Amino acid sequence: MHNFLRIPAVLVFAFGLTHCGVGSSEKPTETARTGPVVSPDEANGATVSGKIAYSGTPRAGKLIDMSANPQCEHTHKGHPLTADDIVINSNGTLRNVFVWVKTGVPAQNWAVPATPVAIDQQSCMYHPHVVGAMVGQKIRISNDDPVNHNIHPIPMANEEWNETQSAGESPKLRSFSRQEVMVPVKCNVHPWMRAYIGVVAHPFYAVTGDDGSFTIKGLPPGTYTIQTWHEKFGTQEMQVTVGAKESKAVDFSYKG
Amino acid sequence: MHLNTVGEPWLQRYTSVLAACTFLLVIAGGLVTSNDAALSVPDWPLSWGRVVPVLEGGIRYEFAHRAAALVVTILTAMLAFRLRTALAWVALGTVLTQAALGGLLVRFLDPKGAAIVHAALAQLFFGLTVMLWLGARTSWPARNGSVPPAPHLATIALFLQSVLGAAVRHGVLGPISHVGGAVIATGVVMWAAFPVLISEMENPTLRRPAMLLLSITFSQIFLGIGAWMSRLANLDAPQPMPMMVLFTVAHVAVGALAFGASIVLAKTLRHYAPASASIPREGMAAA
Repeated sequence: MHNFLRIPAVLVFAFGLTHCGVGSSEKPTETARTGPVVSPDEANGATVSGKIAYSGTPRAGKLIDMSANPQCEHTHKGHPLTADDIVINSNGTLRNVFVWVKTGVPAQNWAVPATPVAIDQQSCMYHPHVVGAMVGQKIRISNDDPVNHNIHPIPMANEEWNETQSAGESPKLRSFSRQEVMVPVKCNVHPWMRAYIGVVAHPFYAVTGDDGSFTIKGLPPGTYTIQTWHEKFGTQEMQVTVGAKESKAVDFSYKG
Repeated sequence: MHLNTVGEPWLQRYTSVLAACTFLLVIAGGLVTSNDAALSVPDWPLSWGRVVPVLEGGIRYEFAHRAAALVVTILTAMLAFRLRTALAWVALGTVLTQAALGGLLVRFLDPKGAAIVHAALAQLFFGLTVMLWLGARTSWPARNGSVPPAPHLATIALFLQSVLGAAVRHGVLGPISHVGGAVIATGVVMWAAFPVLISEMENPTLRRPAMLLLSITFSQIFLGIGAWMSRLANLDAPQPMPMMVLFTVAHVAVGALAFGASIVLAKTLRHYAPASASIPREGMAAA
């Protein structure tokens, strides 16, 4: 009967093998806040705005099958729901693109808004699908559904967590302590539910809406890298130089 | 096994039930992973603060997995306390470790590392239940002739292949490692089984486990191809699609069967040496 004892030894070896180079890599240090608190100077600062166009084959969102979740299905009252990973606006622009200033922002103690960023779970979907928040800013997650959800962000740079939120439970308030673009959020009870949170150390970011446009105000004069992020189409970058009170248009285009 | 229990009908039935329940538990675990439901129940040992949670969405898979694990743990514990053999105690220790690992995975959110070990331990435990079942069937004759190394190597290769598969499933390794492992494991299985078939085709005692291992292994190759192709076809799907889940879970389950079949062949050959040595054929004494 000693042969079976070889297998645990193999298991230990396999364990070691699978853990070589695996496991939590060292996370970046938390974003430091030193010096006086600074807010964007929208009166004297520069404005960068633009649109995210979409060119390519028009795509219809993939249908979500909620048949295994009758309560979720009922909330849609017979109207089949499509995934919101690719939403093309009527004017040919993309919704849910996260736009942020990746480099060039002075390393200052930027004021964190007291108002939480809101994510609602309605009809078994996250609303909005993509949000931005500052490092340390509260994110308020509420459950407006008659079903249970679990909220499970899967960050790389921040601490991962996973909590239940029953139907009717009061909203949860959480925040992230490190800059990270983007933090995926999912619900393991309803696997089609996805949201993304862009956690930024400064206030210069935006998310495109129904018209595919974005506006970032109050930038100090300087040269910046503007990055756009889309969950399916990836990232694009563009450099822009602005002076005081200057407005510049920076348009991006994704091809499907 | 104690001599006074080997061959007893109750023990044979009991170990059969244990092995079958463990196989179902492997399937339940596969369904959890394939439906991305692993953390739909964020607490342990309770489920959503209750003994039985509201069974909706992914919670159904996760809770079914926990319930099946509880049944298997109880069955194993009862067997261990009844038999009091080293193998039974090892099986009990393994399943308890597996349960604790599942709890740690939920509580401390280390999905990749713990999930891979959890999957590997599941295969190991299934192998132990197969060994318990084999030991309960009948008293095995004393070894006659040298034991070829190939069947043991096939067992190890198939186990390592399941570990590689788990690493691929959880995004730690790319598929090429698993494909490479499949080539090696299949080769080792063929090395173990073909000589037995060639030399012992007339001996069903040896022929059947060899045929079983070969047929399961070859089926596994096609299931693996199906699992990969269905995954590629549904890359942009908003949720796990039924065909992908079906192929993937079947691949995991048949992988466990292949591992079990290799243990059956290894034990059979251990007691019935190949034709190159003097062999006791079924019902015949050694020459």
